[in-house]
Amino acid sequence: MKTIKVGLGTCGVSAGGEKTYEAIKDEIEKQNIQVMLRETGCNGMCYREPLMEVIDEQNHSFVYGDVTPEKAKRIMTDHVLAGKPVSEWIVQGSAPSEDDSFFKKQNRIVLRNCGIIDPNSIDEYMATGGYQAIQKVLKEYTPEDVIDIITRSGLRGRGGGGFLTGVKWKFCRQAEGKKKYIICNADEGDPGAFMDRSTLESDPHSVLEGMMICAYAIGAEDGYIYCRAEYPKAVQRLKDSIRRALAKGFLGKNIFGSNVNFSIKIKEGAGAFVCGEETALIASIEGKRGMPRFRPPFPANKGLWGKPTNINNVETFANVAWIIMNGPEAFAAMGTENSKGTKVFALSGKVARGGLAEVPMGITINEIVYDIGGGIKDGKKFKAVQMGGPSGGSIPASMGDLQIDYQQINKTGAIMGSGGLVVMDETTCMVDMAKFFLRFTQDESCGKCTFCRIGTKRMLEILERITDGNGKEGDIELLRDLAYQIKNNTICGLGQTAPNPVLTTLKYFPEEYEAHIRDKKCPAHSCPALVTYTIKADACKGCMACAKACPAEAIKGEKKKPHEIDPEKCVKCGKCFETCKFGAVIKN
Amino acid sequence: MMQTEQIKTEESEHGFSGFKIELWKYQGEMGALIPLLQSAQETYGYIPESAIDYISEIVGIPSAEIYGVITFYSQFRLKPMGKNIIKVCDGTACHVNASTAIIKTLESELGVGTGETTDDGLFTLQKVACLGCCSLSPVIMINDETYGRLTPKKVQQLLNEYRERG
Ligand SMILES: Cc1cc2nc3c(=O)[nH]c(=O)nc-3n(C[C@H](O)[C@H](O)[C@H](O)COP(=O)(O)O)c2cc1C
Ligand code: FES
Repeated sequence: MKTIKVGLGTCGVSAGGEKTYEAIKDEIEKQNIQVMLRETGCNGMCYREPLMEVIDEQNHSFVYGDVTPEKAKRIMTDHVLAGKPVSEWIVQGSAPSEDDSFFKKQNRIVLRNCGIIDPNSIDEYMATGGYQAIQKVLKEYTPEDVIDIITRSGLRGRGGGGFLTGVKWKFCRQAEGKKKYIICNADEGDPGAFMDRSTLESDPHSVLEGMMICAYAIGAEDGYIYCRAEYPKAVQRLKDSIRRALAKGFLGKNIFGSNVNFSIKIKEGAGAFVCGEETALIASIEGKRGMPRFRPPFPANKGLWGKPTNINNVETFANVAWIIMNGPEAFAAMGTENSKGTKVFALSGKVARGGLAEVPMGITINEIVYDIGGGIKDGKKFKAVQMGGPSGGSIPASMGDLQIDYQQINKTGAIMGSGGLVVMDETTCMVDMAKFFLRFTQDESCGKCTFCRIGTKRMLEILERITDGNGKEGDIELLRDLAYQIKNNTICGLGQTAPNPVLTTLKYFPEEYEAHIRDKKCPAHSCPALVTYTIKADACKGCMACAKACPAEAIKGEKKKPHEIDPEKCVKCGKCFETCKFGAVIKN
Repeated sequence: MMQTEQIKTEESEHGFSGFKIELWKYQGEMGALIPLLQSAQETYGYIPESAIDYISEIVGIPSAEIYGVITFYSQFRLKPMGKNIIKVCDGTACHVNASTAIIKTLESELGVGTGETTDDGLFTLQKVACLGCCSLSPVIMINDETYGRLTPKKVQQLLNEYRERG
């Protein structure tokens, strides 16, 4: 019997996956087809969602992309019933496809089951070797052995800081006190990052298993998962998965028949970026305002309710079971001198293929953008990648040969962060990007530190006046000065890194700032206040479409005669530019 | 038995239903304040003043401090919300892919700014930074449903669908 799987992660659903699923179900009932219909998570090819996989009797897999309900019907008739794959829609599997290059350079550890298993089935997770690692650990290893293995693997925390996971576990293991906690940080606040969401939705048990191993190593009986409120599907998956694990005796008292107890609770965030920071997150679980505090004491000594607490990111935990089963050497064999293993990158922005790619550390930016991401959308020019979100920076295309690891990225002034990689092309204004991030940190500043609260506000005001065409000589120096003050006078990573987007764009794109300030021009033609629209008379056919679209009635002209834009009335909304089919509206 | 009795009397005193059963689950648990507020908001769509007093009794935290927590987190509302909550993403990926046009369309279609509710009480518009669906940007979320690869036209169609549903 054939099996059909439909990707119903948040990305699949938002691309219309549920309608595709329903259409397949209808077809199965209508034509009385004997198949297994299953749900799965995301295989990383978000740009091809909705995805539908057909696995035939010989166990050959065919993944179809962009499957609308209509396409699904044809696949059901031609492939599932008549046995003839619809080759032009296949994006991965038993027939070659132009999309194969998306996977070629990938090496999947964290995403090993994503888009393959049904995340609602604990049995499917176990059938792929799931929950073997924790049983091996309970039977064969002491907690110290586990810590030694994780340390030797070279695994670094994937939440942004890149701290050695084994060393962190050791601190918490050695901390004084009987009662200890572990926390999984699923706050994923960095805009542009979605690997944690996808992992939780597509393979929740891999995270639970990682937590179990960590709890055993540290000697904690209680774990928390702090998941952000914007991820309802992930929260639901986690709740269901915890329930299933409890029912099998994998969580609760005497897990897997051992003398170890471990249970997991879920805490939903309430919408505050700063709560991704570990001390703020702990305050939030305690029911308080999520304000960071000075470290030390570190959570490993004084964390949740004053007890020793180990906190790791989702992706960090998802690596753990694999390392136990495959050995630390196998993990350390991948990557660079100081950054071992793989990293999941979330590709988005102006890249042709947006999605999730897990690659060995040390791969170059160009390899990710071109070989995996398929280059820039619509044939435009690659300008920069933004890494590390609001705490990170923009790396210019000219540095595309840079090998990605913690050290190399830090050298550029950006940071690895959680692995969000937002690609920008020639139409993206770098000053606008800097302003965008500063507005973000300004909104999200908890207000505790003066420099973070007021300093970012002053910087934002300066950037606003620059993009409005009112920039002054000396503004760049002022920005730099404020940036260093903020970096040096704030408690947590939010404030300390807030100026990074400004500093990196100043470093790599100074001419864009100067064009805004001196020439009152936006080279990317993006800042509304600095753009003017005109109509090229010889290209205008006089169709009146732009005049109808103009909300300000700024376009004059009779039918079949060239139109004109009144610069006094123009509100620079760009509607005419979007509407014109003849390329007669010019933006400069 | 004892608990059910208690719930009943409290219920008549405070005029609560639904969410109070949820509340008892948390009694005596450390760090219960935020889940309680979430539970109240889920039941009422916002956090009514009387619920704050009631929660204050349960957790033994003064209501002034509870207000401090409520206003810290962007999820909590002290005013009633529209029937449908539209979260429009202005995260990095969406921003780079012209979320500004989506926000403008929503604002002009609904006749409200972000953070506001339409007069007919049908929609509340909120701006958020990343819905975790960046590869399909620009993205919006209506209630718990996410919609990606949007254009101003698709937004209009979506709004019409929700208007028809009422
Ligand atoms: C402002 C700020 C936001 C953060 N947001 C997150 C987040 O969303 N997810 C995360 O895992 N770590 C985040 N971190 C890092 C955490 O503080 C912490 O280092 C991490 O959860 C530790 O896990 P790891 O060692 O596995 O990386 C943030 C840090 C700062 C300063
Ligand atoms: S930036 Fe909009 S969904 Fe992530």
